[in-house]
Amino acid sequence: MTIAKTFAEAKAEDRAVLIGCMPAGFPTVDRSIEQMIAMHEAGCDVIEVELPYSDPVMDGPVIQKASDIALANGVRTRDTLKIIEAVASAGATVVLMTYWNPIEKYGVDAFARDLAAAGATGLITPDLIPDEASEWIAASDRHKVDRTFLVAPSSTDERIAMTLENCRGFVYATALMGVTGARNAVSSQAPELVARIRKIDPDLPVGVGLGVGNGAQAAEVAAFADGVIVGSALIRCVLDAPDRAAGLDSLRALSSELAEGVRRR
Amino acid sequence: MSGPAATLPDLAGHFGKYGGRFVPEALIKALDELEAAYRSAKTDPEFQATFKDLLLNYAGTPSLLYRANRLSAALGAEILLKREDLNHTGAHKVRNVLGQALLAKRMGKPRVIAETGAGQHGVASATAAALLDLECVVYMGQTDTERQALNVARMRMLGATVVPVTNGSRTLKDALNEALRDWVSTVETTHYLLGTAAGPHPFPEIVRDFVSGIGTEARQQCLDQLGRLPDAVAACVGGGSNAIGIFHAFVPDEGVRLYGFEAGGDGVETGRHAASITGGSVGVLHGNRTYLLQDEDGQTIESHSISAGLDYPGVGPEHAWLHDTGRASYEPVTDAEAMAAFQLLCRTEGIIPAIESSHALAGVAKIVPRLREELGRTPTIVVNLSGRGDKDVHTAGAYFGILDKAETVVPGENT
Repeated sequence: MTIAKTFAEAKAEDRAVLIGCMPAGFPTVDRSIEQMIAMHEAGCDVIEVELPYSDPVMDGPVIQKASDIALANGVRTRDTLKIIEAVASAGATVVLMTYWNPIEKYGVDAFARDLAAAGATGLITPDLIPDEASEWIAASDRHKVDRTFLVAPSSTDERIAMTLENCRGFVYATALMGVTGARNAVSSQAPELVARIRKIDPDLPVGVGLGVGNGAQAAEVAAFADGVIVGSALIRCVLDAPDRAAGLDSLRALSSELAEGVRRR
Repeated sequence: MSGPAATLPDLAGHFGKYGGRFVPEALIKALDELEAAYRSAKTDPEFQATFKDLLLNYAGTPSLLYRANRLSAALGAEILLKREDLNHTGAHKVRNVLGQALLAKRMGKPRVIAETGAGQHGVASATAAALLDLECVVYMGQTDTERQALNVARMRMLGATVVPVTNGSRTLKDALNEALRDWVSTVETTHYLLGTAAGPHPFPEIVRDFVSGIGTEARQQCLDQLGRLPDAVAACVGGGSNAIGIFHAFVPDEGVRLYGFEAGGDGVETGRHAASITGGSVGVLHGNRTYLLQDEDGQTIESHSISAGLDYPGVGPEHAWLHDTGRASYEPVTDAEAMAAFQLLCRTEGIIPAIESSHALAGVAKIVPRLREELGRTPTIVVNLSGRGDKDVHTAGAYFGILDKAETVVPGENT
């Protein structure tokens, strides 16, 4: 399913889309597939696969740790594409989040082609701003892959407008000035940022990420955003679990709680 | 090759295809503000006067250009050492931190953060912060806090908070990641005092400009002392700030050869090195497009060098550009070659150099025969002696086996 359709269906149901993030190959390739499918079955509308990277400057300690484990266990870019294929085949809408260098190394056009072939609908680029993205914009147009750039509370209206123009599918609004990781409270900057985005482009769906970790927070964000993005809290289910089965149970439970939250706006 | 170097980077921070901004959107506003503050400071006579006064009366520049006669005889060339090791805090880095700390003040930011490898940039940042009454937090890889325990103590004495970074390889690159993460969260009140001429635009330009006095001074000192320009200028290259600092003024002088010597570690062919240009490939790291050490998937490869200050898997974008255009030549120097040059300078001139700067001396020893042949005479070479070796006494002492056994224990293992 395309991201646009996923957002449209959720809108018709008067709820927000739940986007759950998990690093590819964490802790192993097979287990990451199993975890993503569990998340999907338990209510994550979109699986955001994160390509593990050695220098993830936008990520807090939880995602860093999970990425390090995945890399230490030998995950490769080509494994990430296989994981996407497996999860998309299981019926999930899949987007990939990746820092830019692995894509540049793979070959930008080849990556867009293979990402589309693997069944991902789009790419989220935390350290690629539209100003530097001409090659990616051309390649993603050629291979019909959606583009999600980030906007932040510090972005000027001018930059928000320019960024929205270059997004396709949805825009990622970072709820606060900071890195990924669950917080005790939802940022007060988030509703204002979403309002600023809507004023410039009322149609493009807005996903809000950074700091959401439970059902109540998901509901809070769902009240003003089209999509709720959760990463660290889901990953912690696996990191903190005593064994594989417990990790999956915990992932399913949190996914259900979050899915219930995005329906309670 | 005249012209372009003086006008680069372009408005978006590109040196040819290198440089630019590969950072989270959250940082763009701060980078724009920094650029605007820098542009206005550049043309503000008051700012320039303050900077100049601090360089002259606090940092102790212009640094000497010293004719090293015994070293010259040993190498078969006329060697002039640009004595940045005599600056306050013992390295060229004081120029950059004073400039950036003044910028932080100008922007009304009460807090600075910095990353450091060997600890030299951290010490310099803590120094400038103490002088200008700024709060200072320094991120340093845990591996480096252990091998450079004295510098950690220096920073703390100067009032800075040192945060050991335990992520990834626990070295400079991870300290830089952590500083960027701090900055994303604190950008309203904090200036990121980046330590080398790399990172997202406008850092490569700002750092270059603040350290470019090295080359401007050296060029004038050559004209005053020799009545002519040198045949070559040489420097070590990690991130590349001391090298770009001494190169910049000479770039338009086509007759002056520019040499950058990278840390070859155990040898580039062994894979254990920090030579980004001669042993790496083009990619994106820490906010800019440049040469870096990476595997087939674009994951950063850990660098290796006996010199903590060169132990970084990337290099400033202007060096990448100078390499591609052929204006400067980059070559690797192994740990062993650098340590031999370290010893040579100690014994011939009574100067203990930083191990970083020893790479430049070792590189010069290698190019002298080539230059003699090309020129048909004794070449005159300016070498940037970017820092002093006090901080390296332990490493060098252990390397040469001249410490008592009990003392060769890595300091951090006791603490």
